Parts: sequence; structure tokens; C-alpha cells
Amino acid sequence: MNVTLIDYGAGNVASVERALQRLGAGSQRSHSPECIAKAEALLLPGVGHYAALIRALDERALRAPLLDAIRRGVPFLGVCLGLQALYETSEEAPELTGLRLLPGPVRSLPSTVKLPHMGWNQLKLARSSRLLDGISSDAYFYFAHSFAATNTDGDAVALCNHGSDFAAVIEKENIFAVQFHPEKSAGAGARLLQNFLRIAA
Amino acid sequence: MSLAHRIIPCLDTDGARVVKGVNFVALRDAGDPAVLAARYNADGADELVVLDIAASRDRRPTFLETIRRVAAELAIPLTAGGGIRTLDDARSVVRAGADKVTVNTAAVARPELISELSREFGAQAVVLAIDAKRVNDHWDVMVRGGRESANRDALAWALQGVELGAGEILLTSVDRDGTQLGFDTPLTVVISCAVTVPVIASGGAKLPEHFAQIFSDGAADAALAASIFHDNMQSIRELKRYLAGRNIEVRLPC
Repeated sequence: MNVTLIDYGAGNVASVERALQRLGAGSQRSHSPECIAKAEALLLPGVGHYAALIRALDERALRAPLLDAIRRGVPFLGVCLGLQALYETSEEAPELTGLRLLPGPVRSLPSTVKLPHMGWNQLKLARSSRLLDGISSDAYFYFAHSFAATNTDGDAVALCNHGSDFAAVIEKENIFAVQFHPEKSAGAGARLLQNFLRIAA
Repeated sequence: MSLAHRIIPCLDTDGARVVKGVNFVALRDAGDPAVLAARYNADGADELVVLDIAASRDRRPTFLETIRRVAAELAIPLTAGGGIRTLDDARSVVRAGADKVTVNTAAVARPELISELSREFGAQAVVLAIDAKRVNDHWDVMVRGGRESANRDALAWALQGVELGAGEILLTSVDRDGTQLGFDTPLTVVISCAVTVPVIASGGAKLPEHFAQIFSDGAADAALAASIFHDNMQSIRELKRYLAGRNIEVRLPC
């Protein structure tokens, strides 16, 4: 099984690639609609500004093949912005439209806490999770973001809290996404990626 | 459940090797950056910082190769800096594998650099390094490796840097750096409580108590040290166990 990394120029593509290599998984970077249409499993990394990701998806004509692949059941993992892109909109760039696979907006975390939410935090499990299988419930994951899906009553299997609760892990049929960076989350992150590879296989 | 306090080892490099400054003059070799990075990654470091203290143009390719070698060893975030003057400098550092870039002297000279980096990479990837030295009732910003005053108030500069788009402050006390007398608590608490972004305290660490103090009294979000880790004076794993025993939230490695 080969994972197609959607490469729109985000900073963390190389880290994700290295993390997959360490697990012995094959991966290829791609920003062509054809490759995404043929992918066996898709991974959308992303860090930085929401607008950069959404604009890149549209400018490179990746939105339609990506949505089509996800609807056909191709296993998908979104990381950080790759999670936020699944929602309808984001307060970070209100003029743009997300992939609209999940309901609601992505909002700014409250200014009552230090932002960005940067560093290692723990999760609150809302229901049983395939991505978190075998990972200790008190494990820490590395976060680096200021916006989040604070509407948590939908498809979040685990929440995190920084000023408010937000979706940390999403699982909905073949759609998987995490707000933290598994590629930067030491052993716990590696296990999560391995779980995704196993699910996708 | 809350954000863990981060322990961050720092590798000062002169191109391809980690060096240790003694009063800014005599530099001695402290090892291979990739070997140290692998050790800290395994020992429970929360992040790693690599700073090119030479920061000279002709050694840039060597430094980028060092970043690549270090990044290959890490499953934790990597911050790199030293001599980043332009957006292009930062791009090459990020392309080499850094998750965040740190700017210091060049941002003091041209503060818009912070906004340019923040627009391109996001605030979470822009670390403003401030070297601060006490002068009467305030702290001055120092540049060129802490040797020269920029005649600027450190608190005002921190606030301006955040306004311009910095997502984190790496705050080094020039007064404490190299003394091993402990972090600069008054400086750190003033800056950390004034800014809306995380603050990494740096300079003066030796004992586990110093870390406990900078997290509790200094309100630091993270603490950085170099030589005590390189010389095996302090293991990160044991330091974290000590902090956990003092009810300071840390990520204990398994």
C-alpha cells in the first residue's frame, strides 16, 4: 500500500514523509489531479495559513479529485490544516470555502489563553477510536495552531482543550483527521500513523 | 489536562559541529549535531533548537546540511536560526526540515521581516529571539550575539514582535547566560505575562530547581538549555521526572 501525500507546498510534507519512511511505508508526493484520482490512500498535511491550503487546492484543481476519492471510500488522513480543511469555512479566511465534508466552521481559539496553542497536550476520548488504538490515554501529542473545530458534538472521537474544547481526532467512515502533528509527536504519533496505515491497508 | 511545559535542548553550531562558547571567544567542540539530536529525541526532549552561531554567508550550505541531518533524526519539532536575514533564507531553512525559524538581529534591523515570515509560514513557525540585558529598571535588547545594545526596550520589542506576527518568543537573559546561576525569573515573568504568545526562557540553567522555578515563578512555557545537556550533567528524562514530582506538568517519555 502506497500513501499519496498531497503536496501543495506546506512545510511539513517532508516530516510526514520521513515519519512514514520510519514505519516502512511507501509514500509519494503529488500535486497532480491524476495521481490523487488514482491514490490508494491520501494524506493531506498542512501547517500555516488556512488560505494557502484552500487556494492551492483550487489553483491546482485538486479539490474535485480529492472529494471524489474520499467519496469513493479511499482512506484519507488530514493533519492540522488538513483537518480544518474538512469543515465548511474558517474564521482565518472567511471568504473561502472548505471541503464541506464536516459541518460547521473552524474558529479562533479564545484569546483568554496564549496563542498559538503550541506544544504537547493530552486528549479526552469521546468514544472508541481506531487511530488511537494501543496508545495510552494519557499520551501527549504536539500541537501548533490558533484555529480549531470548536463544534465538537459531531465526528470527533477525541477532544483537546486550550481555552475551549476542540476536535483533536476525527473519524468518520474513511475520513480520519488530527489537529496535532503525529509526525512530530514522538512514539505516540508514530503509533497513530501506523494505525492509519493498518486501517488503510 | 493542560499544555505541558517544554524542555528544549539547543545546539549552537559552527557549520557542521556543535560548539560551546566560553565568554564568546574560546569555542570548543561539543559533538556531532545529528548524534546529539538523536540522543535528545530518545531522551524525551520536547523540541530541538539549532542555532548557527557562525551565521556567515559562505557556511550557509554547511548549516543547511546540518539541519537536514538533524531533522532526519527527529520525531519532535525542530527550530532553526542564526543569520536569517530574508524570506529566502527562511525558506531554505524550512525546506531543509525546520518546523520553525528564529530571527534576532535581522528582525531588530528590519521588523517587517517578522511579518513576511509570518505571512509565508504562519505565526506558529516564527520565533522571535530576544537577547535581553538589565539596564537600571528595564531590559535592553542586545544584538550581534549579545554584544551590542540595540537601544530598544525588550518588553516593548516583544510586544511589537507579537503584533508583527511572531508566534513565540525565545527570551535569553544576557546577564544569566553562561553563569549557571539559574534562569532570569524577573525578566521572564515580565515578558511572559505581557505577551499573548508562548515564551521560552533561556540562559543560566544548571540545576533541576532552576527549571522548576522558571516554570512556576517565571511563568515560562518552555525552557531551553545547551551545555548541561551536551555534557551529560543533566539527563532530560530525569529532569522531567523531577519536575513531575513537583507537580509541574511535563510530558514524560516512555
